[in-house]
Amino acid sequence: MIDEYRRTFAAFAANGGGRGPEWLATLRRNGMDRFAAIGFPTTHDEEWRFTPVSSIARVPFTLAPQPTMELSAAEVEPFRFGHDEWPTLVFVNGRYSARLSYRSVLPPGVQLRPLSEVLESEPTSLEGTLGHSGSLDGTSFTALNAAFLQDGAVLSVASGVELPSPMHFVFVATRDAQGVMVHPRNVVQVGDGARVNFIESYLSLDNESSYLTNAVTEVRVGSGAWVEHVRVQRESEAASHIGWTEVHQARDSHYRSFTLALGGRLSRLNLHARSNASNTETLLYGLYLTRNEQLADTHTAIFHDHPNCRSWEVYKGILTDRSRAVFNGKVFVKPEAQKTDAKQTNRNLLLSEGAKVNTKPQLEIFADDVKCTHGATVGRLDETAHFYLQSRGIPRVAARKLLTYAFAAEVVNEVTVAPVREALGRLVWARLAEGT
Amino acid sequence: MALLEISDLCASASGKEILRGVDLTVNSAEIHAIMGPNGSGKSTLAQVLVGHPAYVVTRGSVVYDGQDLLDMEPEVRAQAGVFLAFQYPVEIPGVTNAYFLRAAYNEIRKSKGLEEVDPMDFLDLLEEKLKLVEWGPEIMQRAVNAGFSGGEKKRNEILQMAVLEPRLAILDETDSGLDIDALRIVADGVNALKRPENATIIVTHYQRLLNYIVPDFVHVLSAGRIVRSGGKELALELEAKGYEWLTGGAEAA
Ligand SMILES: Nc1ncnc2c1ncn2[C@@H]1O[C@H](COP(=O)(O)OP(=O)(O)O)[C@@H](O)[C@H]1O
Ligand SMILES: [Mg+2]
Repeated sequence: MIDEYRRTFAAFAANGGGRGPEWLATLRRNGMDRFAAIGFPTTHDEEWRFTPVSSIARVPFTLAPQPTMELSAAEVEPFRFGHDEWPTLVFVNGRYSARLSYRSVLPPGVQLRPLSEVLESEPTSLEGTLGHSGSLDGTSFTALNAAFLQDGAVLSVASGVELPSPMHFVFVATRDAQGVMVHPRNVVQVGDGARVNFIESYLSLDNESSYLTNAVTEVRVGSGAWVEHVRVQRESEAASHIGWTEVHQARDSHYRSFTLALGGRLSRLNLHARSNASNTETLLYGLYLTRNEQLADTHTAIFHDHPNCRSWEVYKGILTDRSRAVFNGKVFVKPEAQKTDAKQTNRNLLLSEGAKVNTKPQLEIFADDVKCTHGATVGRLDETAHFYLQSRGIPRVAARKLLTYAFAAEVVNEVTVAPVREALGRLVWARLAEGT
Repeated sequence: MALLEISDLCASASGKEILRGVDLTVNSAEIHAIMGPNGSGKSTLAQVLVGHPAYVVTRGSVVYDGQDLLDMEPEVRAQAGVFLAFQYPVEIPGVTNAYFLRAAYNEIRKSKGLEEVDPMDFLDLLEEKLKLVEWGPEIMQRAVNAGFSGGEKKRNEILQMAVLEPRLAILDETDSGLDIDALRIVADGVNALKRPENATIIVTHYQRLLNYIVPDFVHVLSAGRIVRSGGKELALELEAKGYEWLTGGAEAA
């Protein structure tokens, strides 16, 4: 299996992936070597205990043939958010599509470009970021991402700039993506005091093709900056989605994220937030909806290394059929991180007998003057509330849907941009209407 | 024809017999008070009438507006005009009062073959109903009963009743825990909604509310049976003498 990936890598290096600056070639080679050395994780790895990736390891994925299938703007249209003029970068099977993208006139100090273009036109500009991702490239999937990294979104916002609207990165898998792997790498750099909203979407035009998305996103939040990051995963329900988001926050900054996982036969998100100075705020909200045989895994990690930082995390799950979810929330508080205020909540709603959740809060606290709490629940629909709605004339099934939606709404409502929040609400509602 | 005809109604929960042969007839335009000590089965009777799944009817019948009420799903009973203001209203986080009330209102309209109303028109309708309970529009954006005080929850029940305009309203201890202002608001609400074709059943174990809403009939429930019925003066008698002389301390056990 590793040999298959080595061969794919050699072919990749020989054509498109061979181009670019030396540091990039080194990064890719190191990624490949690292992956070859450790291979895919197994359930013996603590981090993957409940999430077997045998379905990924069994078949070797290949890179999407280029050029990929042509898509019309109309096909992508339903997946846009908000208004037409919101800047949107569209990637088809991992490669940037200028034709489908919309890059309006951006305010001075804002650059939104595909990674492929940045690597071509400014070969050294990302060396400091990508070239020194360090731990980021240490796991099987992030190493594989480094080996094959080629495209993705690069957003950089200068100090003090306030973005007038969200930026949207859309990764589309086409109907012929069967057996294909894509390795998006996104880089978001937000200057001091800037205010930024961005959305990452992963989606498929059908619900049957089995492919692998293995995405890595790095977010750097300048001091005093405010960032909202929405991540929507609605891959094909036969696909595998592995995501790794790494956030670095500077002093006095605010980072909030909302992640939604709807698709993927298997999906895994690692979301890691680390502050390099004091007085930061980190808000992580998320929702996963699973049905049939889906497995959705969320691993979050918040590193409190400095004093006076606050983190607030609420993840919710709604599961039906024989689906599964895994939630692991790590919070590390170093001895010097006094006055840390960290709260973590994971709540799960099981709508069927066969659904199952493995939830594990993992707090490691080494400071004494802190406020850290966590709570995890796995429950069923509140029958008392259900009857209350019925007693007001709302039919049983509708009442059930309404309560299920209400459970989800608590986190969806944390999204601050109204059109995005509403679109996400509709997405969740539509999914629940299908019977989840 | 009576609006509600309860005959020999027996019901149990968790295998425990609670109602032991209740007979009660309620006609349009009447207000009935059901009184009785704690644990006598007042709430059980109310819950059975709206179809709470925890209670099993073991004997007897309930005919509402000519139909077998016990055979109807809870939502169908509501659509047919039966409403219970709960003793303990339920909190529903994540659903706004506005959404909830409009959903309920529209379901009831749909069941009558009427068009649904859109959010804007519904707001207009609400404005007038809110006045009745002396509330501003802010309350509509709060989640249903979530974090409401006891008094606010009761007021919210009356608001729902005002919007849904039931034919048969059952108020279960709506007065308990209310201060005098809230009590007046609740009573005014109930009185304002009085129509010749409607009827009201007030469940309470104090006669306080009955100073504001004057009943045509008062019934005393004890150990799952109506042991005495009379006019409004019965309530005063109970206030003065307590329940012991009628119940023989049946609920004390
Ligand atoms: N769901 C239930 N399961 C078991 N017992 C119940 C249930 N509801 C009521 N009971 C019992 O039935 C009796 C009557 O209760 P209730 O109808 O609430 O009385 P009241 O409203 O008159 O105070 C009490 O002894 C109570 O504990
Ligand atoms: Mg009671």
